[in-house]
Order: sequence, then C-alpha cells, then structure tokens
Amino acid sequence: MTTHETWTRVCALDALVPDRGAAALVDGHQVALFRLSDSGEVHAVDHLDPFSRANVMARGLVGSRQGTPTVASPMHKQSFDLVTGRCLDDPDVSLHVWPTRVADGWVEVRNGSA
Amino acid sequence: MTSALPTVHGMTLKKKLAVVGAGMVAHRLVEALVERGADETWDIEVFGDETRPPYDRVALTSFFSDRDPEDLLLGDGSLWKRPGVRLYRNSVVSRIDRDAKQLHARNTTFQYDKLVLATGSYAMVPPVDGSDLPGCFVYRTVDDVAELRQWVLDREAVLGRKVRGAVVGGGLLGLEAAGALTALGADTTVVEFAEWLMPLQVDRAGGGALRRIIEQMGVSVRTSTATSRLKAGRDGKVARMQFADGERIPADVVVFATGVRPRDELARSSGLEVGERGGVLADPGCLTSDESIYAIGEVAHIAGRVWGLVGPGYTMAEVVADRLLGGTAAFEGADLSTKLKLLGVDVASFGDAFAATNGSLEVVYADPTAGVYKKLVMSDDARTLLGGMLVGDASAYTNLRPMVGRALGSDPTGWLLPEGMEPPGAGAALPDDASVCSCNNVTAGQIRCAVTERGCTDMAGVKACTRAGTSCGSCVSLVKKLVDVQLAEAGIEVSTALCEHFPYTRAQLFDIVRVSEISTFSELLAQHGSGHGCDICRPVAASILSTLRHSHVLDGENATLQDTNDHVMANMQKDGTYSVVPRIAGGEVTPEGLIVIGQVASDFGLYTKITGGQRIDMFGARIEQLPAIWKRLVDAGFESGHAYGKSLRTVKSCVGQSWCRYGVQDSTTLAIDLELRYRGLRSPHKIKLGVSGCARECAEARSKDVGIIATDKGWNMYVGGNGGFTPRHAQLFAEDLTTEELVRAIDRFLMYYVRTADRLQRTAPWIESIEGGTDAVRQVVLEDSLGIGADLDAAMAAHVEHYQDEWAATLADDTKLARFASFVNAPDTADPDLAYVEERGQRRPADEAERAVLIAGASIPVRTEEVTV
Ligand code: SRM
Ligand SMILES: Cc1cc2nc3c(=O)[nH]c(=O)nc-3n(C[C@H](O)[C@H](O)[C@H](O)COP(=O)(O)OP(=O)(O)OC[C@H]3O[C@@H](n4cnc5c(N)ncnc54)[C@H](O)[C@@H]3O)c2cc1C
Ligand code: SF4
Ligand code: FES
Repeated sequence: MTTHETWTRVCALDALVPDRGAAALVDGHQVALFRLSDSGEVHAVDHLDPFSRANVMARGLVGSRQGTPTVASPMHKQSFDLVTGRCLDDPDVSLHVWPTRVADGWVEVRNGSA
Repeated sequence: MTSALPTVHGMTLKKKLAVVGAGMVAHRLVEALVERGADETWDIEVFGDETRPPYDRVALTSFFSDRDPEDLLLGDGSLWKRPGVRLYRNSVVSRIDRDAKQLHARNTTFQYDKLVLATGSYAMVPPVDGSDLPGCFVYRTVDDVAELRQWVLDREAVLGRKVRGAVVGGGLLGLEAAGALTALGADTTVVEFAEWLMPLQVDRAGGGALRRIIEQMGVSVRTSTATSRLKAGRDGKVARMQFADGERIPADVVVFATGVRPRDELARSSGLEVGERGGVLADPGCLTSDESIYAIGEVAHIAGRVWGLVGPGYTMAEVVADRLLGGTAAFEGADLSTKLKLLGVDVASFGDAFAATNGSLEVVYADPTAGVYKKLVMSDDARTLLGGMLVGDASAYTNLRPMVGRALGSDPTGWLLPEGMEPPGAGAALPDDASVCSCNNVTAGQIRCAVTERGCTDMAGVKACTRAGTSCGSCVSLVKKLVDVQLAEAGIEVSTALCEHFPYTRAQLFDIVRVSEISTFSELLAQHGSGHGCDICRPVAASILSTLRHSHVLDGENATLQDTNDHVMANMQKDGTYSVVPRIAGGEVTPEGLIVIGQVASDFGLYTKITGGQRIDMFGARIEQLPAIWKRLVDAGFESGHAYGKSLRTVKSCVGQSWCRYGVQDSTTLAIDLELRYRGLRSPHKIKLGVSGCARECAEARSKDVGIIATDKGWNMYVGGNGGFTPRHAQLFAEDLTTEELVRAIDRFLMYYVRTADRLQRTAPWIESIEGGTDAVRQVVLEDSLGIGADLDAAMAAHVEHYQDEWAATLADDTKLARFASFVNAPDTADPDLAYVEERGQRRPADEAERAVLIAGASIPVRTEEVTV
C-alpha cells in the first residue's frame, strides 16, 4: 500500500458538480476529474484527448454504456471507460487512470505513474 | 506483382456504341448499360445538342420555382465521368453514314458499331403568321424556359405594367406554360382549338370542370378558338394576337404548346424508314430498318405509334440495354396513364379513360362547387375497373391505377368519394404483377422483393434499388405503404429508439415531458429510461426541457445535460479554446458595436473573422477568459448568438427597401424582428432563416429552413432549405402573407418542428418524413388540420416571454461562473500546452510541425500563451 505522501489533495468534493467534469493540475499533469451522481464515485483520467491532442477530456459528457460509466471526448465524441480508461470505440487507445479517494470531504488523487 | 493487367490489345476489342441525343431516355439507357457492366465491352459515346447534361424535362416547370437548372440534372453526374463513357454536349449530330458506320458531329467523324437514336421530339409551331416574332416561345428545353422568364421580366420592366401572356394550346403542356406565366406575374389567356381543355386526357365534362377551376385562378380560357396571326408593336416585338373570328387580344408574350413531333430528320436523311405521321419505325426490340441502329424514346415509332411519355421511353431504354448484351427483351406497348399537377390543379387519366370498350359503364362523381370531377370506367358487369379520369382531386389515382383490369369490389363509388375511403386494394392486397410506378415500370412484386430479398429497410433504399417513385413522384405514397407492410411482415423492426437509455423517439420523449410534470433528467430517466444517460440522450433532454420548462441552460441539473458547447455557451475549437459569437440580429451592426467587438478581440488577442452567417466570430478564447470577454460584450449591449446551440442561429437579411432600389418590403426590419423573436429557441437541429427584400434574393432565403421573400403584396414563405452536406432549396409554403400572418405561420411551423422532429434532423428531412410532405405540414400550420394551432401559438408565446440572455444571466450568478475555471485547483491558470503562430497579422493554433519546433525550443515566431486578464 502507498503512503499518505503520494496522494495530492485537489479540491473539496463539493467543488465537483455531479456528472460534470473538472480539470485539475496534479504534479504537472493535467487530470480530468468526474464525480458521478449514481455511484458517488470520483474518477480521474488524462485531461489530454489522445485523438485530438487537446486538453479537453474534463469537458466531455459523462454517461454509461451497458452499465459501464463513460466519458465522451468533447472533440469528436469517442467514448472512454472511466474505470479502465479504455476507449470503447478504438481498442488501441486508452487514457491513463489515476486512483482517487475522498478524505474529510476532500478529493485526493494519487500521483506518479505507478 | 504478377497479376495480369488488361492489355492494350484487350481494350481495342471494345465495341463502340453511339447514342444520338442526350435527353432523359438516353440517360436511362447509359445508366442501364453501366448497371449491367456493359461499359466493359462497349465504349459509349453520347451526343447531345443541348448545353447541359441530361436533365429532368418532366420537371421543367419547377425551373420557375427553383430557378437553378442544376437541380434538374439527372443522376449525380458520376455516370459521365466513368472510363468508357463519354458525353459530348453542344454537339449536333448532322449526318449518319450508315454504310461506313460513321456519324458526323463536332466537325469530325465518329465510328460506331451500334447506334441508338434518342433524339426525342421538338415543339411544333403551327403555321401562323407572325409566329417567329420576338416574344414568341415554345416550351421544351431549359433554355426555352430561361429565355421565356427573362423576356417576361424584361417586358414588365420596360412596359411598367403587368405583362399579358397568351398560350396557344390547352393541353397538358399549354397548361404547364400557363402556370409558368401566371407564376411570373403575367395576365394569362389560354387559347384552345378544341371544344374543351386537355381534350386528349379528359372528356367534355372533365374539361368543363378544369376550366372552371382555372378561371377562378384568374387565367382566361378560350376554347373552340383558332389563332390566325400575331402582330408586332412599333418596337417590332409581339403585341397582339388575332383569332379566326376576327377578334383580337393584346399579347406581350406568346407560348406555343400545340404538340410535339418526333425529331426524325436525321433518320430520314440517312434513309431509315419512318412512320406515316413521323417517328422512326422500329420493331419490339427497338431495332430500326438498319440492323445496327436502334430508336428509343419519343422519336421511336413502335407498336403502332409514338409514345409521348417518359415511362415508355425508359422501358425502351431497358430493352436496348438488354439487347446489346444479347438478351431478347421487347417493348410491347405501355401504360399511358398520367397524373399531373397543373396550376395547382390535379388532373389524372388512366386506362380506358374515354370508355372505348364495348358495353363499358361510367360511374361519375361531380362536385362543381368544390371543382371536382371524377369518373370511373367499369366493365359491363360493373365489377372490373377499366380506366378513369380525375379532375380537381386526383388523390385516388395512386391507388386506382394499379387496379386497372381488376375487380373493384361491390361498390366502386366508394373509391370516388372525397377523401376516398382507404380502398381495399391499396397496399397489402395489391397483386404482385400490378404496376405501381408507371414512370419506371415497377410492380408491387418488385417493391416487395426489394425488401424481402434485396435487404432494403426503408423508402430511400427501395427507391435506389427499384427506382420506383424517382420520376414524377405520384406513386410515392403507395410505394411507401407497400414497403411498410412488407417490413412489418418480414418482422423487420426499424428501431426508432433514441439510444440504449430510452426506447422512445425524440418526438415521443417530447410528448412524455409535455404531458407530465417532469422537469429534470433524473426524473425522466427514472420513470421512462434506464442506465445513466449518454452524450445522445442528455442533450436531447436538455433541449426538450428548455423548450417546455424555459429554465437556464446551467440551472441545477440542466448543466449536466448540456453538450460541451452549450455548457460553456461557446464553440470548442480544435485546440480546446473557444469561439465567441455575439448576436448581430439580421446582420445589422452599428459602427460603435463594431468598435467594441474590435476592441475586445484586440484586448484578448482573439482571431476575428466574418462568418457565413453575417456576423463576427472571435476565436481562441480560453475557457477561463470567457466570462471576462462576455462581460465586456454584455455591457456594450451584445448578447449570446447561440452559435453553439441546436437553436436559432441567424436570420440573414438583405438591405431591402430602406436602401436598395429594387426592394419592395423592409426585409432588414423583418429579419431583425424574427431573429429577436426566435433567439434562444432550442430545437432538434440548428435553425436558420433568411429574408430577402425582393425576388432577386440577395439574402439566399431559399437556402434556409424558413425563407421569406418580399412580394408587392406581402411576403412569400418558403420552408425546408439548407446548405451543408445535402443542400436543399426551400419550397414555397404560402404566398403574399401579411407580416402578422407570416409570423404566425412561422411560429407554428417552428413549434411543430421542435415538437415532432428527430434529433439532428433539419427541417427538410423532417418535412419529408411526414406523410404528405409539405402539403401535410401546410395543412397543420395554415389550416390547423390537427387542431393544435392554438397550442403551438401558446408554446411560442411562452418561449418569447421567457427568453433571457444566457450570458447576462450567467454573469450575474457566481455558482454558474465557477464552471469557467481552467483547473479546479488553479482557476486562472492557462492551459500551458497552447501554442500559436502568426498568419496575416492574426494568430492561429500552431500545427504539429510548428509545435515540434516550439517544444524543441527553436526561435520561430511562436509564442505560448501567457496568463492575462
Ligand atoms: C463560423 C462558421 C464558418 C465561417 O467561418 O463562416 C461556421 C462554423 C461551424 N459550423 Fe457551419 N459555420 C458557419 C456557417 C454555416 C453555413 C452558412 C450559413 O449559415 O449561411 C452553413 C450552411 C447553411 C446551413 O446550415 O444549412 C453551415 C453548415 C454547417 C453544418 C451542416 C448542416 C447541415 O444541415 O448539413 C454543420 C454541421 C452540423 O451542424 O451538424 C456546421 C457546423 C459548424 C461548426 C459548429 C462545427 C463544430 O461543431 O465545430 C463550426 C464551428 C463554429 C464556431 O464558431 O466554432 N455548419 N455553417 C459560420 C458561422 C455562422 C454564424 O454566424 O453562426
Ligand atoms: C414541360 C414538359 C412536361 C412534361 N411532363 C411529362 C409528365 O408529367 N410525364 C411524362 O411521362 N412525360 C412528360 N413530358 C414528356 C417527357 O419529357 C418526354 O417524354 C421525355 O423527355 C422523352 O425523352 P427522350 O429522351 O426521348 O427525349 P428528350 O428528353 O427530348 O431528349 C432528346 C434530346 O436529344 C437532343 N437531340 C435531338 N436531335 C439531336 C441531334 N441531331 N444531335 C444531338 N442531339 C440531338 C435534343 O436536343 C434533346 O436534348 C413532359 C415534357 C415537357 C416538355
Ligand atoms: S434581395 Fe432585392 S431588395 Fe434585397 S438587396 Fe437584393 S435586390 Fe435589394
Ligand atoms: S409513377 Fe412517376 S415516379 Fe412512379
């Protein structure tokens, strides 16, 4: 298990609007955070859209496909699995996934690429 | 590679086919040949003396409403670009040398192995003195009608009054020409030699009914009248028409529509046998007296006569295509049924319309006040339908024509009543061999087979596969019925579900929300859907809730539904920055307004461009800059232009009466009023309007969803136009409306569209998807046939009342403003990856190569964005 030091406190949970994304800077990385209304979970993936190479993933629409929580790129609408980061429209592409947790009402992201 | 390439020697083995005449039937011949792969064995050369590739002559009159002859072209043009197929335009074939198998055109000779004559007909002008005066026209080609139109417009301008037009000939072409003249604003008289109008299609009573309707439209009719001469005025142009009885009428333009004659001069001069009254004699295989020469279309005399309709010509084309490939197809005669819409009046005749069969009985239904005359011709036992004619209301035609030669059931009169009860034979019960589309010779069986065996799952597929319904269009409703029945029988269910979360169409969801109390997406999902929604159903729900509940796009849960662009009320660009488009209603902007836009763009370093929608777009705004930019704009009186929304975009205007020397109404004021009325209206797709101050149409209104063109008396309204991938011209919807009538019609049209269209369906495909098309929509909008008029009016009134500028409201609300942070933990930090280069004095996103250099630290004039504001 990792120690406390590897978790970065990003924002208050309340600052994340349910079912909408927000971008965050975590140790120099641009990360897209999503707080889902049904599961209550917070997911973090790359903010960089691998298709368009623009930093926009946090502005995509969340949804579900066959029960899997997803985010669609706002640029050209490819869907990504929020849990695994896998692109559902192109198996060769995926987003990096950052572990997250909520502590004392704060959202924390584990940085480093482990 | 070892695969064998076709050898040059192999290519020289191809035979040469020459087609003389590039009209409708020639086009079908080449299409049929290519479809059967005959272009692999034949080099096909087509010679036409017109300037255009083959076009739809049947729809010639639509030139007056569409005005763009390109719209009439047959096919998409790719046919003429294929290797092995060649079209020579502007090329008269002057001679055929049958012994040498050569034809002469373009000052040179062309060799052929087989030749097909498809030279069609020419319009006959009777030997009347003065028929060659300037101002006398025929009605056969696009050039004819273009010149006619120009003449009428020019004469009107020179004479400074309404033009007086006369049409010689009261047959179908004459009435088409009269319709065209009337549409051009001329006072029109139709002169017919016979005792009644359309003597070839309808009987005396039918002709009488037709006359009454046409006269009510302001067209004068003279029957039993012979034209004896035309006289010029002082300017040498036609001015008067004199009749055999000595009477005369003024005429500034004269159209001869006295029939057509086969263009068989080439055949005659090369010694081919011709019929007594013209036409190239050919056998059922379409072969002429020369075994290397075929004749097809209107020039051919086969099975005892020439055939003046396109349907039989198409059949001949198919016969020749088959024969050239060694087949034995034959032309045995054809159905001469016609249905026409002349001057807006339906006229149809089919089968034995004149009751020539021995002992036949006639069943007549006439309603002179409604201007309707209908007749069925039945066999002597009153059971079998032999033919009929319909004047004034030909809605029964599509169902009746395939029934010719079949029993009509116990009470044939039922078929004639107004709104003719759904006839028992229609659709399901129609036998397989019944001809459904006479233009293209398609039977009910072929349509069924397209669904069951050829995998077509909708109308478009069936049309492409069988060609049914692609010419005059009169059979479309019956074809659709057959297709629907067949699809249902085959158990093919075309899913209309919006997405995996809602088993409903957009229109059904709209109704669900409308009749319920639902005001949030979660309620909608919980009660009528499943899962968590997606990028399809969320924006649809946002649009519906916005129309019905009038809440702000970012209020509460609404915000989670908005598409990316709506969520920040700006359009995302390729690098993740946004464009800013303030509304410039009707394209009108003050110099002060322009200065503000210029100053804002300059202060924030935004790229500026005039859009195709008569306004100004500022590009390259970062998400966190949007509120500051909009604050400046809103303070200066600008508001959101909704460039991001599926909603009203722009109402394009022309300068109109207030400045333009041709303008007849104040188009700019109307455009601004309409833009302000419909701004913010959320809809299935974007909506664009246009208003032109006169028929010159500088605002391109007919390329808009709703186009308005000023007339002397008010406004003409057009609907269903768009640009984009499948451009459409808007169709005339209503004429000479007052401003009040116009606004109400647009209100209802738009609201009906918003309620019932599919997601991302523009108005043109929406109208097509409605049974009855434009006519049906017109009934709902103008005649309130569904009784929902007041409801639609109220819905639009509520929209107007609740409109608020989304940007102004956002700027006044801190929770909404919080959405514009670039990073939740660094709200004002610019995206460090943005990079720009300068071009023509403005900046644009660096491309990949430029970025690579930038990242490598080179010193090209590139700058990364520094944090401003
Ligand atoms: C800015 C502009 C081009 C320009 O530099 O002039 C433009 C830009 C875009 N157009 Fe357009 N269109 C613009 C005028 C037009 C026009 C011309 C007109 O309106 O007279 C047309 C053809 C007319 C029509 O719509 O029928 C046009 C037909 C389209 C279409 C095809 C629509 C269709 O029915 O097929 C799309 C795609 C869509 O909407 O699905 C589109 C979509 C787009 C989008 C929104 C694509 C996107 O999602 O990023 C572009 C972004 C706009 C932005 O601000 O970032 N744009 N677009 C014009 C903005 C006009 C305005 O002031 O609002
Ligand atoms: C206004 C109007 C409305 C009509 N409405 C209907 C309708 O509703 N239903 C229906 O079935 N039919 C209708 N028709 C008739 C229909 O258009 C014709 O039956 C059809 O066009 C015949 O096709 P075609 O190829 O034989 O002749 P065309 O289409 O006339 O083509 C012949 C072509 O050959 C060219 N040509 C002739 N001689 C030469 C030469 N020596 N060298 C080179 N080129 C030559 C001609 O210029 C012409 O372009 C209508 C016709 C008109 C004018
Ligand atoms: S459409 Fe007519 S009124 Fe408008 S600018 Fe053009 S010519 Fe003038
Ligand atoms: S009958 Fe003319 S298109 Fe079918």
